[in-house]
Amino acid sequence: MVLVVLENQRGNIHPFSLEAVAAGQKFAQELNCELSILCIGEKVDELRTQAQNFKSNKLITAQNSLIDMYSADGYSKVLSDVISSMAPKYVLMGHSYMVRDFVPRVSAKLSIPFVSDIISVDFNNGSPLFSKQVFNAKLATNIEVSSNQALLSFQSAAFSSDDIQEGGPDSEEVFDVQLTEQDIRTQSEPEFQESASGVDLTAAELIVSVGRGVESEDNLPTMQSLADAMGAEVASSRPVVDMGWLPPYRQVGSSGQVVSPKLYFSLGISGAIQHVVGMKGSKNILAINKDEDAPIFEIADYAVIGDLLEIVPKLTEEINNSK
Amino acid sequence: MKIAVLTKAIPSYESSIRVDSSGKWIDESVVNYVVNESDSYALEEALQIKESVGGESEVVVVTLGSEANTSKVIKDGLAKGADRGIFIKNESTTTDPLSIAKLFAENLKSENFDLIFSGLQSDDMGSGQTGVLIGEMLGMSTATLAIETQVEGDSIKVKRELESGWFQWVTLPFPSSISIQSGINEPRYPSLKGIMGAKRKELNTLESSPESQNQSFLNLYVPKTEKVTEKIEGDTDTIVVKIMDILKNKLKVI
Repeated sequence: MVLVVLENQRGNIHPFSLEAVAAGQKFAQELNCELSILCIGEKVDELRTQAQNFKSNKLITAQNSLIDMYSADGYSKVLSDVISSMAPKYVLMGHSYMVRDFVPRVSAKLSIPFVSDIISVDFNNGSPLFSKQVFNAKLATNIEVSSNQALLSFQSAAFSSDDIQEGGPDSEEVFDVQLTEQDIRTQSEPEFQESASGVDLTAAELIVSVGRGVESEDNLPTMQSLADAMGAEVASSRPVVDMGWLPPYRQVGSSGQVVSPKLYFSLGISGAIQHVVGMKGSKNILAINKDEDAPIFEIADYAVIGDLLEIVPKLTEEINNSK
Repeated sequence: MKIAVLTKAIPSYESSIRVDSSGKWIDESVVNYVVNESDSYALEEALQIKESVGGESEVVVVTLGSEANTSKVIKDGLAKGADRGIFIKNESTTTDPLSIAKLFAENLKSENFDLIFSGLQSDDMGSGQTGVLIGEMLGMSTATLAIETQVEGDSIKVKRELESGWFQWVTLPFPSSISIQSGINEPRYPSLKGIMGAKRKELNTLESSPESQNQSFLNLYVPKTEKVTEKIEGDTDTIVVKIMDILKNKLKVI
């Protein structure tokens, strides 16, 4: 049996969880086994109602007032108990921040390996291989699991929610959750959003995005001039925000905004997966980087190998002259 | 208060990464090893907590790996202000997060740390599990992706980063293992005095041997290009002419 764990994102099934449902259906088909879907914790009824549309063998709900709000303590205990009781071969989840927060606890409790951030699966006649990016996305690896069970989390777009087969579960089950107040050591407060000031990059047609390759805060005005000449918004990768060169609302990636402009002009961005998930849907990607092995070039339509500090000022001048 | 900071030596961004003849690992001889970026933020957060709490606080920098790759990492931590170092020597290339966490847990158990800080993930393996695994193994409370911390008596309040601009405050009783998000603070540079003083600080080397791995690399390979990519090379003027052609005639964006 394979088990898919659904995550609630403010009233809806998390988009990554939908992709995990598609993954679960594919696993069940390839491995010729049953598929169970688990709705856990927060607003479990909302999850259950939405999951009743998906074709599965069993839809399980696990609810208790002690996990009405997410905590790593509560979720890891309950998921461990479900796994111990139902013995799934694979437990499938999206590689969300919540999964990263509590699933390693399950792995340690049960001594079941957790293969995280998988980008694709080769079913390999029943003994699957899981590929993931390593060494800052410069290389990839195929991981083989030697234990009988494994926890798996998938990077976004490893599977597509468009492939979900509808039809509903064959049966439903309520899992008997055993939790006491002593199990929950941490106190969680409600989620909140910081003031949404700033720029909606998702609406921008043209984006000039800067990475650590701009080398210094002093070079940012040069990049801004190019954006101005093109009528583009300025965006960045995480390190630029971490160093305080640009405000957080300019950041593209898993912890920033997800954009799909007509042109994403990437300047000195290496292309770590956390960034790429935020911009790979762009219609055209033009990237400048002096490292010809930079992983950004794997997804670029145009790969410029060169020194952006020389290229950008001349390019800006040319654009301004052509107007 | 006793704080451990887990820090890892990883290939620098500029390093050339090539698969070695085994096909399962990289050619380490051409790689320059540096401190994993988010670990620097974890160390800074620990040092700031020590400075604000005062008393008999101690920051211990801990690393695991081969002697050749990791020596710089410990020295860097001690130079920046950690009080002592623990080096868990492991000459094999262990990539299974569970096996790695067990080595840490076994060797750190007797230390009874109040806090264990780690970077949110290592930029080489990117599993993002070690800190949480160790926390569970040592019976600690856990949290990940901390972007702000406040120590309050015997507990720590942590602002966790969630997806797309959302956050959550979580209060954890000690002992607690917390992974630190990059950008939480401004990591300091080692002072000359710090660098000189680092040599006199205690460094405890512990031998370790990992158990067999539950997940392992079958191979390493250069990812296939997903798109047809047009390469643009040449001198600056040639490149500028080519980019102008793309922007103007192909994409029609200027």
